[in-house]
Amino acid sequence: MKLSRHEVESIAHLARLEISADEIPVYVDNLSRIIDFVQQLEAADTEGVTPMAHPLNMTQPLRDDIVTEADQRALYQQNAQAVESGLYLVPRVIE
Amino acid sequence: MHGMTLAGIARALRAREFSSAELVQHLLERIGRLDGQLNAFITVTGEAALEAARAADAALVKGGGPLTGVPIAHKDIFCTAGVKTSCGSRMLDNFTAPYDATVVERLRDAGMIMLGKTNMDEFAMGSSNETSFYGPVRNPWDLARVPGGSSGGSAAAVAARLAPAATGTDTGGSIRQPAALAGITGIKPTYGRVSRYGMIAFASSLDQAGVLTLTAEDAALLLTAMSGHDARDSTSVDAPVPDFAAGLGESLKGLKIGLVEEFLDDGLDPANAAAIEAALKVLEGLGATVQRLSLPSIGLSVPTYYVVAPAECSSNLSRFDGVRFGHRAAEPRDLEDLYKRSRGEGFGTEVKRRIMTGTYVLSAGYYDAYYLKAQRVRQLIAADFRRAFEAVDVIVGPTSPTPAFELGAKVDDPVTMYLNDIYTIGVNLAGLPGLSVPCGFVDGLPVGLQIVGRAFEEGRILNVAHRFQQETDWHARAPGGAFA
Repeated sequence: MKLSRHEVESIAHLARLEISADEIPVYVDNLSRIIDFVQQLEAADTEGVTPMAHPLNMTQPLRDDIVTEADQRALYQQNAQAVESGLYLVPRVIE
Repeated sequence: MHGMTLAGIARALRAREFSSAELVQHLLERIGRLDGQLNAFITVTGEAALEAARAADAALVKGGGPLTGVPIAHKDIFCTAGVKTSCGSRMLDNFTAPYDATVVERLRDAGMIMLGKTNMDEFAMGSSNETSFYGPVRNPWDLARVPGGSSGGSAAAVAARLAPAATGTDTGGSIRQPAALAGITGIKPTYGRVSRYGMIAFASSLDQAGVLTLTAEDAALLLTAMSGHDARDSTSVDAPVPDFAAGLGESLKGLKIGLVEEFLDDGLDPANAAAIEAALKVLEGLGATVQRLSLPSIGLSVPTYYVVAPAECSSNLSRFDGVRFGHRAAEPRDLEDLYKRSRGEGFGTEVKRRIMTGTYVLSAGYYDAYYLKAQRVRQLIAADFRRAFEAVDVIVGPTSPTPAFELGAKVDDPVTMYLNDIYTIGVNLAGLPGLSVPCGFVDGLPVGLQIVGRAFEEGRILNVAHRFQQETDWHARAPGGAFA
C-alpha cells in the first residue's frame, strides 16, 4: 500500500513532528514499505482470539490511594529550559 | 586484569591480588586509549568510579558481598542520578537524570562500580547501533562492521575487554543480537523479572533489562543482584528470585531441547547453521535430547512486533514535548511550533519513522486492522511457545541470521534491518527469558546460540549455557590486535 504525501503529512502533524519538505518523500517510501510489510498480518486467522495486553496475561496490581511521592519539583525542574516561580514557561497560548 | 570474568575478579579482589582501585584505573586507561576506535561509551565517569573503588577496597577489608568492587558499564538508557542520561538521542543530550534506575541502584548497593554509560541506538530503536546521535559503535572483531544493537556500546565494551560486564535492554533482541555479533554472553530475563523503573521506555510491554557478560556464570551473578519485585514498576512481578549462580552445574542428562523448524529456513547463513548444529552435538554429548518442533505463527512475529512496538513507542515518546526536559527548539512561534520543532530536531530518522508508524496504526480507522490484529496474533505466537514448552524444556537455535554486517549495509531499507531480529522478537512478544552464547566463528566473526526457556526459568537456560561453556571455549576467545 502506497501512502500519499498528504497522509504522511497528516501523520506527522498528529505525532507533532516537524518534517522538512525534502524529507517527506523519504518517509512516504519508508512508511509505505513498513505498512506493506505488516499487512501480512491480515491473512492470519485470529477468529475468537483475545488481543494480548500483557505478555504473561497478568493484570495490574492495585495499591492504596495514598501519597507516596515527596515533592521534588525543584530537582526535576533543573532539566527544564524555561522555568519561573516553579512554573514551566511555554509560548503564549491565550492572547 | 582485563579479560577476567566477574567471578574471577571477585576471587582476585578477595585474595588481594589487586585492588578495585587498581582494576578500575587499568580499565579507565584502556577505555581512554582504545575507545576512540569503538565509540562504545557516551560518558565515562572516571573520577566517581575511582572514588567508589577506593570505598569498595575499604569495604572489602571488612567483608563485602560477591560483587563488591567489581566494575560495570551501564547502557545509557538507565537513569543515573547526577550523570548525563542521553538514551543515544539529541533529545536528551542535555538531560541529567534526577534519580537512579532500580537496576543501577541495586547493582551499586551490591558494591559494583560504574565505569560509565554506553552508546546505543537512539531510544533503543535499531539493530546495528547506527541510529545513535553520538555516532555508530564499531565491532572490535572487525572495525568495519557493526556490533549489533541496540545495546551495541555495551556489547563492544565487554567484547573489547574495556568493561567486564555491562547492562543492556532488550525489546526485540537488543541484548541477544549484539551479544551474538560481538562474541559474548547476553541474557534477557522474563518480562517483569527486572524492574523497568528509571529505564527510559521504548515499548513497555516488551522492554526488559538484562546483562552482557563474558560467561553465563557472570550473567547469573548479576541477574541475582538486579532481579526482584519493585513497587515502582507496576509490571514488575512479585516472584521469588533464586540464587541463579548457585543453581549452575546441574547435569543436562534428560534435558529435552526443541529445535524450531521455522528457524532453519533459507534466511539462515549456512555456515551459521553449521555452528548451531555443532553446538547441539555438544549439548547431546552432555545427555540432552533434541527434537524438532514447529511454532506455526512465528513467521508473523516480525510484522506483529513492527505494529506493537511502534504503537507503544509513539505513546511513550509523546512525553518529549520541549517543555519539561530534553531538547527545546529556539524561538518557538507558538506552542504547536514548540512541540513540532523540538521533536523534529530532537529525534533522529529511525525514531521519527517508528513514531509515525505507531501513530498511523493507532489512528482512527486503522486501530482494529493493525493494532488489535497484531495483539491477537501476538496471543497466537505466545500460545505456540506455551504448547512447545509442554514437550521440551528449552528451545535452542540461532540468535541472528548472519554474523556482524558492515556499517551502512542495511541502513537504506528499514524492513531489511528489521529482519535481523527474526529469531529473537518472538521471545519478547511471548515475554519469555532468552540468552545468547558464543558458539563458533564464521570468517573470523563470532556467531551466537540462542537458548529460550519457560517464563521465570532463567536458572535453567543459564545452566544449559554454563554447561555448554564448560565444554567449549568460544566464549573465552577475545578480539586481538590493539584490544588484546
